[in-house]
Amino acid sequence: MNGDLLHIQDLSVRFFTYQGVVRALEGVHLAVRRGEILGLVGETGCGKSVLARSILRLIADPPGRIMGGRILFKGRDMLTLPMKEMRRIRGNDISMIFQEPMTSLNPVFTVGNQMEEVVRLHQKVSRKAARRICVEMLEQVRMPDPESVLRKYPHELSGGMRQRVMIAMELSCRPDLLIADEPTTALDVTVQAQVLHILNELTRARGTSVLFITHDLGVVAHLCDRVAVMYAGKIVETAPVDALFRSPGHPYTRGLLAAVPSVDEDREVLASIPGVVPGLIDPPAGCRFHPRCPAARKECEHLEPAGVEVGKDHWVFCHAGRGKVKGER
Amino acid sequence: MPSSTPRSGTDPTGGWRRFREEHAWQIREFFFTLHLLRRNPSAVAGFVIICSMVFLALAAPWVAPYDPIRISLSERLSPPSWHHLFGTDELGRDLFSRVLYGARISLRIGLLVVGIAGGLGTILGAVAGYVGGKTDDVIMRCLDIVLSFPSLVLAMALAAALGPSLRNAILAVAFVMIPKFARLVRGEALAVRERPFIAAAKVSGASHTWIVFHHVIPNCLSSVIVLGTLVVGETILIASSLSFIGLGAQPPTPEWGAMISVGRKFLMDQWWYATFPGLFILVTVIGFNIFGDALRDVLDPRIRR
Repeated sequence: MNGDLLHIQDLSVRFFTYQGVVRALEGVHLAVRRGEILGLVGETGCGKSVLARSILRLIADPPGRIMGGRILFKGRDMLTLPMKEMRRIRGNDISMIFQEPMTSLNPVFTVGNQMEEVVRLHQKVSRKAARRICVEMLEQVRMPDPESVLRKYPHELSGGMRQRVMIAMELSCRPDLLIADEPTTALDVTVQAQVLHILNELTRARGTSVLFITHDLGVVAHLCDRVAVMYAGKIVETAPVDALFRSPGHPYTRGLLAAVPSVDEDREVLASIPGVVPGLIDPPAGCRFHPRCPAARKECEHLEPAGVEVGKDHWVFCHAGRGKVKGER
Repeated sequence: MPSSTPRSGTDPTGGWRRFREEHAWQIREFFFTLHLLRRNPSAVAGFVIICSMVFLALAAPWVAPYDPIRISLSERLSPPSWHHLFGTDELGRDLFSRVLYGARISLRIGLLVVGIAGGLGTILGAVAGYVGGKTDDVIMRCLDIVLSFPSLVLAMALAAALGPSLRNAILAVAFVMIPKFARLVRGEALAVRERPFIAAAKVSGASHTWIVFHHVIPNCLSSVIVLGTLVVGETILIASSLSFIGLGAQPPTPEWGAMISVGRKFLMDQWWYATFPGLFILVTVIGFNIFGDALRDVLDPRIRR
């Protein structure tokens, strides 16, 4: 917990559906330190968004339920806080940007209206003062002519502008932690670069920690200090960015990195990891990756791997550990 | 609406210009809607009818040639003439004046009922749709009970139980109309609830009450307005029916339904007595209905143009 802003311990989340119990998260451990940008990568459906939403207790119950574990934010367990306290934390201490900038703003109100609303939910300021804060925030996200943007309706803005409005809005109360759930997936590449740049600059300047969820490894390499890799509802590896890209420890991570096409290579077929992502209703026993793992051993089939520290700050949840990695190369 | 700081004190045109700039989109949208409505003949017809009714109702004290409750027994039951455009009733009261004053009453009933039922129904529906689960079940099942009776029958029973008076008739009709609004808004709220800006509001720390009033209800309002227009027509009809059977407006109030009720006895020999109030009910209800229909067509982006 030393210096950790957010500490997730042994978190399990399940969804009770007609088809069965979806074990979306199983025993997830994750820490976000003060001032760092932590990337969370993984395939679609591996539980990244569920993790993000459970931090803010946004999981709809039913069908979802947080089965166990603790989410310590500044030492307080958020899972036991009363709803009123939780609302004070949301937006004020932790806020979140969503994937869909197109629809994250209410279409029937002006941008200014909604931004002021967020400011005034947490700060006792007059409308005028709130307005001023909004203009400042929009200037900080490099919005041209913030005054006129405040008067516009969401549909009058482009996707990139809307996402910048969202960033401005969510940072307006100076949260300590910002959860960004694939904030640039819906944007095209140039706009994406711009938005990421602003996000990086603003959060670094304010010392805001960011939990950055994405499936784009390029973005991770660019932006993040540390990375956590998720597979089928579990964290399989956490490492500083350099270490992860230089010497990935988990076979899944290696598969992911190998699947990134490179311009230099002349390949007909893109590399991929054999097999398919397991359904989370009846996940494989032991290590969840073992049916697709090139380095699977006997114990992988029934024994859950424990964490092995293979380098400074570099944890791998694999029976093979690092020795295997080297042997393979 | 955005906080337009009241700067207009120093510069009267500045305030207006500011307003125009801030609401440019709404103004454009408003004129576009008007344009579409203008091209829609039934909208125009409905609008003209509603406007003339509203005008007649407002101007009744000046337009009406006589006091609507002044009795003049010497002129009783005289047929339409230049002195009495619609003739007179059995107490010699001028029917034209009575019908005009009746427009005031009927329109007021319509607006009050839509105000009460629309307000309560919208809140109930939004809460049911947004909260869901048990709350939804309880609210909607209660409203289903109301809805399972024919609205006129239930309104009659309620008005009779409360005691015959115009006020009680309004309350009864409003109560009957609540489920119509609630069901509509609930459906919309179910869809709105899943939209990302609701989640965004939640992560910003908004309370459920805040979300219902600031995000759910505003997004349902356009359909509420359409339904409201249609319900005004229906309300006028039901309220007149209540008055017709003596459960609404009491004599000597010049209510259309009450006038028909008395005029019915004279229908064979004095056709004008029941005919003119009836004609006004017919025209008003048709006006609101066709305007409501046209409004729905125009406001629905999927079928407009």
